[in-house]
Amino acid sequence: MAEVYRSCPVTGFKVYGQTETLIRANAVAAVVALLVGGVSALVILLTRWLGAFPPRTFYLFVALHGWNMLIFWIILFEVAILYFAGSVMLNTRLAAPRLAWLAFGLMVIGAVMVDYAIFRSPVNYLSFQPYPPLRGTPDFYFGTVLYAIGALIAVGIFFATVYLARKERAYEGSLPLVVYGAFVAAVLAVATLLVGALVYVPAFLWSVGLLRTIDPFIWKLAYWGYGHPSQQINLAATISVWYLLSFLTVGGRTPSEKVSRFAFALYLVAINLGSAHHLQSEPSGALSIGWKWINTGYLMHLAVLGSMIHAFAVPGSVELAQRVRGYTRGLFEWLVKAPWGNPSFVSLVLSIALFGFLGGTGGVIAGTEQLNLKWHNTLAITGHFHGVVVAGTTLAFMGLTWYVLPLIFRRKVIGGNLVKIQPWLYGIGMGLLVLAFMQLGVRYGLPRKQPDIFTFGRSPWGFSYPPAVFTLLGLAGVGGLLAIAGGALFILLVVGTVLFGKRLTDEELRVQYRLPVVPIAGASPSHAAAPPSLKGTFALCLIFGLFFLALYLGNFWALSKAWPVGQ
Amino acid sequence: MATVPERYWWYEKVEPLEKIWLILAFLLVVVFFSAWMLIWHVIGPQNSTGKAYRVDPAAFKAEVEQFVAKYRVGEENGRPVVEPPAGSDVYLYATRFAFYPILRLRAGERYLLHIAALDYLHGFSISNSHQWNIQLYPGYEWVLPFTPTEPGVYNVVCNEYCGIGHEMMVGKILVVER
Repeated sequence: MAEVYRSCPVTGFKVYGQTETLIRANAVAAVVALLVGGVSALVILLTRWLGAFPPRTFYLFVALHGWNMLIFWIILFEVAILYFAGSVMLNTRLAAPRLAWLAFGLMVIGAVMVDYAIFRSPVNYLSFQPYPPLRGTPDFYFGTVLYAIGALIAVGIFFATVYLARKERAYEGSLPLVVYGAFVAAVLAVATLLVGALVYVPAFLWSVGLLRTIDPFIWKLAYWGYGHPSQQINLAATISVWYLLSFLTVGGRTPSEKVSRFAFALYLVAINLGSAHHLQSEPSGALSIGWKWINTGYLMHLAVLGSMIHAFAVPGSVELAQRVRGYTRGLFEWLVKAPWGNPSFVSLVLSIALFGFLGGTGGVIAGTEQLNLKWHNTLAITGHFHGVVVAGTTLAFMGLTWYVLPLIFRRKVIGGNLVKIQPWLYGIGMGLLVLAFMQLGVRYGLPRKQPDIFTFGRSPWGFSYPPAVFTLLGLAGVGGLLAIAGGALFILLVVGTVLFGKRLTDEELRVQYRLPVVPIAGASPSHAAAPPSLKGTFALCLIFGLFFLALYLGNFWALSKAWPVGQ
Repeated sequence: MATVPERYWWYEKVEPLEKIWLILAFLLVVVFFSAWMLIWHVIGPQNSTGKAYRVDPAAFKAEVEQFVAKYRVGEENGRPVVEPPAGSDVYLYATRFAFYPILRLRAGERYLLHIAALDYLHGFSISNSHQWNIQLYPGYEWVLPFTPTEPGVYNVVCNEYCGIGHEMMVGKILVVER
């Protein structure tokens, strides 16, 4: 079958017309979800910080924020990434483009249904997950199932496309690392979505009265078999995007294909069982210590090891390219002379730093059995997941967007230098918010999912938190506003570019968007006579490791001051 | 295309510093963090271990009422204040949107807490100053020893969303000198 394609003047990839249109459609829908989620963020922020809106409004917008950001924005963007990785990066036409439109339709309809259900009946659920016996409306569960089926079809199309590329010998040897990472994300997605069916189908049957009861404990146990592995999809996708951004911005390649692939494989092996870390502060006896320990000790930590490896390999790939280019002085010349004027590079650096130092470490600490006593359902958890999926995933996806616009939409990003401040606004804002949230949660025990810590809904039992809490809330508020400004700027620039950006010809693309060239043929250590030593990355990783250890022990120190319990 | 790996990447040598990092990271997260979780079970005074039983919420409520009737010493905002003997079993339930009853305890004494939710999922978070939080389910009674250490007024908040009104779900524990 002859399908129309063009050769990208920048990357040399074959871009098929169908693929391009589908990538555009999914990316645009993702940005619409980001807009809904962003407006909700403002409502939530002003309520927690200043008590601006009544509790009912808060609960409604928390649900909207969670679904539109975590599920709709991120997964729709990931579908675009899968189509890019499967079709563009492997120079193959997309398998079953019609089915891909069906998937897109299902996802959009599902998303609209869920949003409508939340809007119509906010009484029963929030923070995106009503745990039984709290019951959502049937259209809510039905919408989630439609959305999940759409996503599952999209993942299937990705697999079929990779198969097609293999069969037609569109690439030689192994899959490129970025595609390999996307492949891991896709495998995780299949497993996750199937477990998702295990929880949402019974919940739907229960909501229409076909099932009489649901055991709340068993349901939550199964739910997290879906809930956290679904975040591992984001993790694998984010790290694939990091490798891609390192390649696009400095011509970076992983220092070791073997080690990086091993790290991705660890996610596949370990993470699903590790999701038990959501059940650390549950009535124990129902879950034995041994079971919790095996799952959240060894199994979770193996997945963490995967991330620790990428923490070296991604900065290492930047350092390697820069050193080969000639920036060899001292520990950090490669970093100082990096393309800091490129917003995608800034997004990459901030995304790695915030994900690693705040979100990732926080997640490991929160998932430690005893430390969970301090973290569970406090604002610190909210801090953790904003550190990973917002400052990490979203910022990385935003960084990639600055390449998607010229290369896929073939439009010049509008606003001149405005785009350069976007990652700083978003990253620094999120960093402040996450830091403040973690302090508020661990030190002061501020609950998440709580709109009114000022009067507690005028309860006679209400009390006052110490003044430091309000200072920290102010910090989170300012950080949140900065991030919202960064998000608004992102949407403005993206929408403006798609609608009004100057169209780019092949010649302009070739000249203005030329990819960085690494002078020695193939920057991989196997080619260079003496591969440069990655001293700078090693130093950064040591700092990170020590910080991690200190944070971990510091949390235990704080716990040791609490009332003895359970002994 | 530079994104395609070398054909024989499997045989490439791993950079020495990356190898060292791999070992250090393994020792830190897989060996130390996992071992420490187990060690803290032995040496640490704070663990979420106890026993749990399936229980009929109505029966559990009756048990709590019995406990309240036996040791009631006062009332605050319409909720009973209960002072059980030092070191005994104490009972508490969470329901939309209250914790029942108010406990008055002696600092430094070890109590055995029987706690359950009656209707929905709730949280039990001893806040301000922050001690710890646990998750409660309807139908599961959690039996968990604990020791309040410092005298003072401790506020309890629900940290699991349980419906409109969740924001009002606050309780109290009073801890007095031994």
